[in-house]
Amino acid sequence: MTVTEAPPAPGPVEPVVHKQSVRRKLVPYWLLLPGILWLVVFFALPMVYQASTSVQTGSLEEGFSVTWHFQTYWDALTEYYPQFLRSVLYAGTATILCLLLGYPLAYLIAFRAGRWRNLLLVVVIAPFFTSFLIRTLAWKTILADGGPVVDVLGSVGFLDVTSWLGMTEGNRLLATPLAVVCGLTYNFLPFMILPLYTSLERIDPRLHEAAGDLYAKPSTIFRKVTFPLSMPGVVSGTLLTFIPASGDYVNAELLGSTDTKMVGNVIQSQFLRVLDYPTAAALSFILMAVVLIMVTVYIRRAGTEDLV
Amino acid sequence: MRWIRHHLVVLAGLITLAYLILPNIVVMVFSFNKPAGRFNYSWQEFSTDAWKDPCGVADVCGSLVLSLQIALWATIGATVLGSMIAFALVRYRFRARGAINSLIFLPMAMPEVVMAASLLTLFLNLGAELGFWTILIAHTMFCLSFVVVAVKARVLSMDPRLEEAARDLYAGPVQTFVRVTLPIAAPGIAAGAMLAFALSFDDFIITNFNSGNTVTFPMFVWGSAQRGTPVQINVIGTAMFVIAVLIVLFAQFISNRRKKTALPK
Repeated sequence: MTVTEAPPAPGPVEPVVHKQSVRRKLVPYWLLLPGILWLVVFFALPMVYQASTSVQTGSLEEGFSVTWHFQTYWDALTEYYPQFLRSVLYAGTATILCLLLGYPLAYLIAFRAGRWRNLLLVVVIAPFFTSFLIRTLAWKTILADGGPVVDVLGSVGFLDVTSWLGMTEGNRLLATPLAVVCGLTYNFLPFMILPLYTSLERIDPRLHEAAGDLYAKPSTIFRKVTFPLSMPGVVSGTLLTFIPASGDYVNAELLGSTDTKMVGNVIQSQFLRVLDYPTAAALSFILMAVVLIMVTVYIRRAGTEDLV
Repeated sequence: MRWIRHHLVVLAGLITLAYLILPNIVVMVFSFNKPAGRFNYSWQEFSTDAWKDPCGVADVCGSLVLSLQIALWATIGATVLGSMIAFALVRYRFRARGAINSLIFLPMAMPEVVMAASLLTLFLNLGAELGFWTILIAHTMFCLSFVVVAVKARVLSMDPRLEEAARDLYAGPVQTFVRVTLPIAAPGIAAGAMLAFALSFDDFIITNFNSGNTVTFPMFVWGSAQRGTPVQINVIGTAMFVIAVLIVLFAQFISNRRKKTALPK
């Protein structure tokens, strides 16, 4: 899932063997120790604590204790499966939209931009410089009732189609599923564009010429040459978009309504407001498991070997 | 018609670009607004009040300073730890390589809310007081992997023969590292550090879980979405945007000039 990939690796270098070879052999472990220890204590260990919290019972006043109460998982799933489904649905839709919107722009920057290339890349990254919460709030203005966007989309009948699909309600955009998907798409679009660009940029333009010389139509060139060669970018872009989108609760909170809550919203409110730690931990654990399974399957099928 | 077909990809790309940049324009325009109520969502009249008094709302600048402090320390921590890991991964052989690779990859592949929730359970179980230190620990943790990726990419593309040459010329290990390895790896380390700074400064979800009553800038914006959004957050958002774009353009300008002077023909 590398965003910036390097040219072929020279491979680990065999250390020069001399008198200090034992000390030299220990060097990598000393280099690794502090960082890996940090990740073990503050990333891996918390997962264990979360797993143990999810099978505890008790209350805030009396304290929680491990009772291997797996019922929590079942209760959490039966109560919150709509939010789970919504998370997968919204994040999936946003990922597909990101791919559809991001591919042309990545293609444009990689092959057509010429001397504008660097400027366009800056424009793709530039939005990051303003806090994403402020930019998400700006969507409240853009999608506001009676605003120009709603007026235009309403008058061309777009809103009728989307409300027939159940994505909007009546003549408004804000506080509908479509607004949440729109915000998710916007927030994670650069994570799709950059890996796509990196993999497109590495394609040798002479391959296109060769395909053209062999009488391939432009559409055939794209289908048979460009798109297959950009697959690594599609894979890492999809993962980099879908994973954070599935756990997001900011867009659903700011742009949605109570009917658009995602699983992230439930985890957040159970942990920080309701203080029902076992249920929250169980939900978080399920989300982690679902994402890990999807990532493993996706990587196996699409085949990207080098992760870090 | 043929012209449109030929330029379809350009058109589609520009639409995406507009979609990406539209919110920034809205933020900028609304920093000159004079809202009627507590919320700055609809245009009323032009005013430069907020620009004249960017710290005019309680806590806004305090939270900004706190966010910058946390981002700075988290960047230093993550860059040092991450660079060491990256060097070890590329330059040495050791046991448990696969496990270590997964441990570095997983924080990037995990939804933020899962990391945030599990860290909170750790802190709650240890009875740690939530605040500056827990935020700093969390930020260093999730920035680390991104630094490793950035530095590793650079070190991989480095020619190991340069270090051998330095050793052949009787440079000791420390001298080789300081005079040869580090300067070549510097752009990768800088890229990793900048990424870490941006990630930490803008982080909301992990901070939301592990900050207690401490208010960073994103936390302030989140709270203001409930209580009423002051124009000042638009001013700060716009100012950050302009400063960062200027820095990027300046860096681009410098590197272009270097290229021209480096290759006189």
